[in-house]
Amino acid sequence: MGMATPKETQFHVLAVDDSLIDRMLIERLLKTSSFHGGILIADILGMCVEFTVTAVDSASKALNFLGLVEDMASEIHQDVDVNLIITDYCMPGMTGYDLLRKIKESKSLKDIPVVIMSSENVPSRINRCLEEGAEEFFLKPVQLSDVHKLKPHLMKSRVKEEQDQQPINNKRKIKEEFHSPDKTRVKCIS
Amino acid sequence: MDGGIIQLQRHLVDYTASLFDEGFLDEQFNQLELLQDESNPDFVVEVVTLFFQDAERLLDELTKALGQASIDFKKLDAHVHQLKGSSSSVGAQRVHKACISFRNSCEEKNIEGCLKSLQQVRHEYSLVKSKLETLFKMEQQLSAASGSFSR
Repeated sequence: MGMATPKETQFHVLAVDDSLIDRMLIERLLKTSSFHGGILIADILGMCVEFTVTAVDSASKALNFLGLVEDMASEIHQDVDVNLIITDYCMPGMTGYDLLRKIKESKSLKDIPVVIMSSENVPSRINRCLEEGAEEFFLKPVQLSDVHKLKPHLMKSRVKEEQDQQPINNKRKIKEEFHSPDKTRVKCIS
Repeated sequence: MDGGIIQLQRHLVDYTASLFDEGFLDEQFNQLELLQDESNPDFVVEVVTLFFQDAERLLDELTKALGQASIDFKKLDAHVHQLKGSSSSVGAQRVHKACISFRNSCEEKNIEGCLKSLQQVRHEYSLVKSKLETLFKMEQQLSAASGSFSR
């Protein structure tokens, strides 16, 4: 209990919803499903998972948080580590769909899994979102059983993060090997 | 001694069951209770209180909007959509259903329909509010009587 959760098992979720009640709910849903007692995710490779949640009330605030400033050609890179974005579809101003598009158009953010929530069951809306790259579409009210569905997407993004970090190490290793007199073939660690 | 607590417990269980049977509350309310634990012991009361505040604000806005000389149905619909969402999120089923028919009236730009719907939503809201307040009071009584016993 007194141990700090190792970084690999922390997932930072950005929740976007103009409804205060729904922001409260999503935060509790995610936090309740953390740790062992939380049922679902403890069974991913026997890991103990903790969610940290940042909740904002608009898509434009979400973009600011992610380091994307609207209408600017260049992206300001911030040291923001977000593992999942869950957003409401219907919001005043920029919709969740617009937010999804902006994220998928961004080189630095496009690999972050995005989940859309909506109180309305409109098949064409759902398809549009999935086609645009949303991983899941949740009908509101979102329940604990829905949070279970996030599991594979989080694991995929975590595995990809680790893979992205690998090449830097491999390059160095290869460089060293080339300079050594008896060259043996370097196997890439995947 | 314990007899009193058992009575209270029974009343609470029966009362809660009746709220579900009569359609005031739905499964989502149970989901809220699943999210309550030692680290967040008042979660349900907190969320429901927010709902009450939100609903009252929206009902005022709706009344105002329907009182205008020229009614902005889009704005009306936006408010109803919000109330529909929050009532659904806390499991206030009858309020949620009343909001659905309110939205239909908005879509049809039917003023009479909207006025009737507003009345209906108000009515359902005041019913569920009073019932939930009673429920919370019963829970308070039970936990006071139980003293150190946790939920």
